[in-house]
Amino acid sequence: MEPVRYHVLHETTYEYGSPVSLSQQQLHLSPRFLPWQSVHEQRIDIEPVPTWRRDGQDAFGNPVSWISFHAPHESLRIRSAMNISVRPHMPASADLEDSIAWDKLRERLAYDAAQPPLAEDLEAVRFLFESPHVRVKHELAQYAADCFAPGTPVLVGARALMAKIFDEFEFDPEATTVSTPILEVLENKRGVCQDFAHLMIGCLRALGLAARYVSGYLLTRPPPGKPRLIGADASHAWVSVYAPGTADDWVDFDPTNNLLPDTEHITLALGRDFSDISPLRGIILGGGSAEPEVAVTVVPLDEEEIPEALLAATEADKAAD
Amino acid sequence: MARTLLAIYPHSARRYDEMLKADGEVRPHWRRFFAHLDAVSPEDMHQRLDFADRRILENGITYNVYADPSGADRPWVLDPVPLIIPPDEWAEVEAAVAQRAALLNAILADLYGPQTLLAKGLLPPALVYGQHGYLWPCQGVKPPGDIWLHHYAVDLARSPNGRWWVIADRTQAPSGAGYALENRLVVSRVFPEMFRDLHVQHLADFFRDQQEGLTKLAPLDPGEQPHIVLLTPGPYNETYFEHAYLARYLGFPLVEGQDLTVRGDTVFLKTLRGLKRVHVILRRQDDDYCDPLELRGDSALGIPGLLNVARARRVVIANALGSGLLASGALMGFLPAICRELLGEKLAMPSVATWWCGEKPALEFVKENFDDLVIKPAYPTQRMEPIFGHELEGAEREEMLRRIEARPHAYVAQEMVNLAQAPTWSRAHERRLIARPVGLRAYAAINGEGEYSVMPGGLTRVAQGAGARIISMQRGGASKDTWVLTNGPVSEFTLLKTSFGVRDLVRAGSNLTSRVVENLFWLGRYSERFDDSARLLRVALARLVDVGGEKTQAVASVLELAQRLGVLPKPEEDTEVGEGSEHVLLEAIYDPEQPGSLAGNIRSLMWSATHVRERLSLDHWQSLNRLQREQQTAQKKHPTLTEAIAFLDRVLLVSSSLNGFAMDNMTRDDGWRFLIIGRRLERLSFLARGIADFLCMESARGQGCLEWLLELADSIITYRSRYSRQAELLPVIDLLVFDDSNPHGVTFQTNVLSRYLERMASELGADYDLRLSQAVERLRAFDLVKLEHLQFSQCRSCLPCEELAGLLYDLDAAVAHLSDGLGMRFFTHVGDVSRQTMAL
Repeated sequence: MEPVRYHVLHETTYEYGSPVSLSQQQLHLSPRFLPWQSVHEQRIDIEPVPTWRRDGQDAFGNPVSWISFHAPHESLRIRSAMNISVRPHMPASADLEDSIAWDKLRERLAYDAAQPPLAEDLEAVRFLFESPHVRVKHELAQYAADCFAPGTPVLVGARALMAKIFDEFEFDPEATTVSTPILEVLENKRGVCQDFAHLMIGCLRALGLAARYVSGYLLTRPPPGKPRLIGADASHAWVSVYAPGTADDWVDFDPTNNLLPDTEHITLALGRDFSDISPLRGIILGGGSAEPEVAVTVVPLDEEEIPEALLAATEADKAAD
Repeated sequence: MARTLLAIYPHSARRYDEMLKADGEVRPHWRRFFAHLDAVSPEDMHQRLDFADRRILENGITYNVYADPSGADRPWVLDPVPLIIPPDEWAEVEAAVAQRAALLNAILADLYGPQTLLAKGLLPPALVYGQHGYLWPCQGVKPPGDIWLHHYAVDLARSPNGRWWVIADRTQAPSGAGYALENRLVVSRVFPEMFRDLHVQHLADFFRDQQEGLTKLAPLDPGEQPHIVLLTPGPYNETYFEHAYLARYLGFPLVEGQDLTVRGDTVFLKTLRGLKRVHVILRRQDDDYCDPLELRGDSALGIPGLLNVARARRVVIANALGSGLLASGALMGFLPAICRELLGEKLAMPSVATWWCGEKPALEFVKENFDDLVIKPAYPTQRMEPIFGHELEGAEREEMLRRIEARPHAYVAQEMVNLAQAPTWSRAHERRLIARPVGLRAYAAINGEGEYSVMPGGLTRVAQGAGARIISMQRGGASKDTWVLTNGPVSEFTLLKTSFGVRDLVRAGSNLTSRVVENLFWLGRYSERFDDSARLLRVALARLVDVGGEKTQAVASVLELAQRLGVLPKPEEDTEVGEGSEHVLLEAIYDPEQPGSLAGNIRSLMWSATHVRERLSLDHWQSLNRLQREQQTAQKKHPTLTEAIAFLDRVLLVSSSLNGFAMDNMTRDDGWRFLIIGRRLERLSFLARGIADFLCMESARGQGCLEWLLELADSIITYRSRYSRQAELLPVIDLLVFDDSNPHGVTFQTNVLSRYLERMASELGADYDLRLSQAVERLRAFDLVKLEHLQFSQCRSCLPCEELAGLLYDLDAAVAHLSDGLGMRFFTHVGDVSRQTMAL
């Protein structure tokens, strides 16, 4: 099957209201390399121009940039634009059935003094333990228990868990913040993609399985007959589960939409949880409001009417500069 | 001759006794000391103990106890009898501690680098990735010189057979070395002869090695001198005393996170004279609080961007960020194999037997032998007190076992250790040695050769009860000096009075942080403010006592002024001035909660002094300490008016001695100038407002009022010697406002102020505040002739009084303006707190 090409525009704007005298920011805005994903073009424009910048790679292999501003400024705009293509990579249903039994995998990932770990398992156990946003609690293991009967293939269990979360939880942007603990999410059964991803990761880790947090973008479809709105999309988050023996050793699950991501999910970064790879994290000195405006637009490059609208928006921004 | 101390010293078969052999005979290396101790008379010993207690109290050696509801510092508890260790035995301990430090450094290098220990299965991933202490952003960061562990502390204990064991490793920001040093300074003076004759190894060499080690690692650009700072979380930390003490001893500026700022890949100290690059940060702050940009974002303590400086290898952070990981007790069982792998050596000193429950066989063992084990958290970031298996019964026991089974990797079990016991001087008896369990905290630091030096000595910690199994300073344990004997000559090197070096030739003050200067400025203001309010209250109380509580005009007018100046609370609408004044006055002296009270001012004074503690001389500090103790003691009683006056007398005495210290003992640097400016500003404001209010008050027209005004300005003696007659307005105003030779007069303050402000303007490039000099000019232009024929007792808001009062109010407003201006120019950027921002 053919890869699908996208143009993605991710704009973040801070209007501080009063001058910020010193600002440091960490950016996880450049897409990482993946076997099924190619980045053709990518640029990040920043206003004002940072005083200092360093680009590098974090411990999980994601591109990261650090920038700092040493002169007073009242606004900050960061615009990340990329052309990217995603190849189909969703495993077939039979692949899920054929995956390793979850309890066998758990044994394999547990430490054994007599047996040094396999290289790929050692890589995976980075994502086996608690992390700042994902406490590992027995309540989580209990919640997931009925999806993981003894001998269940790990990916079948993961699919069932994803469906369970999708069925029992309600999408509600008002219910949580970035720092709502997952046990509270479990209790209230409400949240957003980030919460559902953290919750599912917590359940898997509580069972002794390795799971990663994925940040990225999702193609949304405008209502039939309506044009695509610029900036109406949002960053998205989902889960990646370790299943050695499958084509890529890891398989993605999107508990917010109850589906296995394929060509409509664009990956930015992978981490233990949100805190490792939050797109833009900073520390400022001074300033009034620190609430950002975030606008994300994902456009398939084979759509005809959209690039024009996008171009227009880009031109208008340029004229305003 | 009294009977020997041995007669009632308890012997224990279950514990190793440091002083006695199993047969009850005194060990050879203890004999001389014991004979000396045995010969000291009770009176002599009493004096020595007094000396030690006084030193501790007056040097302000404290250990802040978080659990203490009063939040107060607790004096350090020191037992004068040292722990004595003979040379051959120490040589083994020393080698083992140095080896362990090198091993732990090698482990950090591996875990933040290639992680071969995990790949080879020598260490479970749970003890690395599973720990919050493993800081992922530090993966791949290589510190200068490849040293992660610059200083290290290890808790040792002796088993009944006399063998030393490791109980715990401290790799985050080890504390206690400063207390060990302070213990040495006290105990070596309690037993000066013994200290000399026994050839006790000195500690100074160790600290010099530490200085050299850090200096050598400093990543310098061409032409730079190494700049090392000691980073403290602040005065509320339990060991803040030590931070201040070590900073002064090692000659490193004591800084808090907000004193440092990162620009690009360089970290700087914010000083009065601009940004100054820092090469080495000796941190006493936990690593996850050090950089809110990449580590914990919920903390205002850190230095945003610090990790990027580390990535660029442009700063030494000692210990490296992420080193706290190794304090996990769960690692201990894996160290022997790791030591063979990384160092190719046998681990010299064993750790106490430890089982990490994350291993299945270990978990089974722990469940079977629960009664004989101590359960501890596997990760140092977990908050949990050690639990003794045999102390749990029934449901509690079930619950604990259930918790361990639910998260086995989070727990370790350790064999219970019968700590060794050592002789301790009983404070409850006239003359008695008792036995208390002890443990030794030993220290190692990287030296100039890139090897680990071990402090010859350390902090001996003493448990509270005779049967105790845990030693904790938090729980109220005591400590001892540790005497390591040598067969060779004793090094005479000392850091206390250094010989001349380049460092000494650098003129003091160039490194002053803006925060320190701000606190010195407020120290100046508060010390004057508390002097002023004490004086005003004493004037009022003295008047009140003189007239037997009767409400004279003089009393009424003092009280009114005190209200106007905010020293007394504003009266209720329907009460008359002077009603219930005794009670109000006593509250204004003793109640720290009342706004503007003397006790409140003392508290503010202590607050600013605490923040600049390392800048104050010992005498200075002792004097402040005495003041606070006095106030706290008095607050608890119900003092009479006469007692209150006596208290105020003493307060003013301390105040003037404080002032004397500031004038005589402090280096004349920018910080000192800000202290004096603060003081003068405060006094000027008090005088200007006080005299202006006085001129406007109807009650001030009464008899005896001009006298108390003179007394308030401490000028009554001068006045009497000049005029030898009753006070009259013209000479009083001349003396208090215009006479530039009166140190308690307005003009004297403005003259001193402009001198310092001009100097600051030229040196620091600050703008000279014109508003103050203009107000001074206008005041100077006031024609005293206008007061010549004035009958003050009869005038009612006459023009000359009003005009003069107006000029003084203007002056006070200019002072406030100047104070704000200084704050804006030199301090404000310090007070601002960084905030985290986050965007999806």
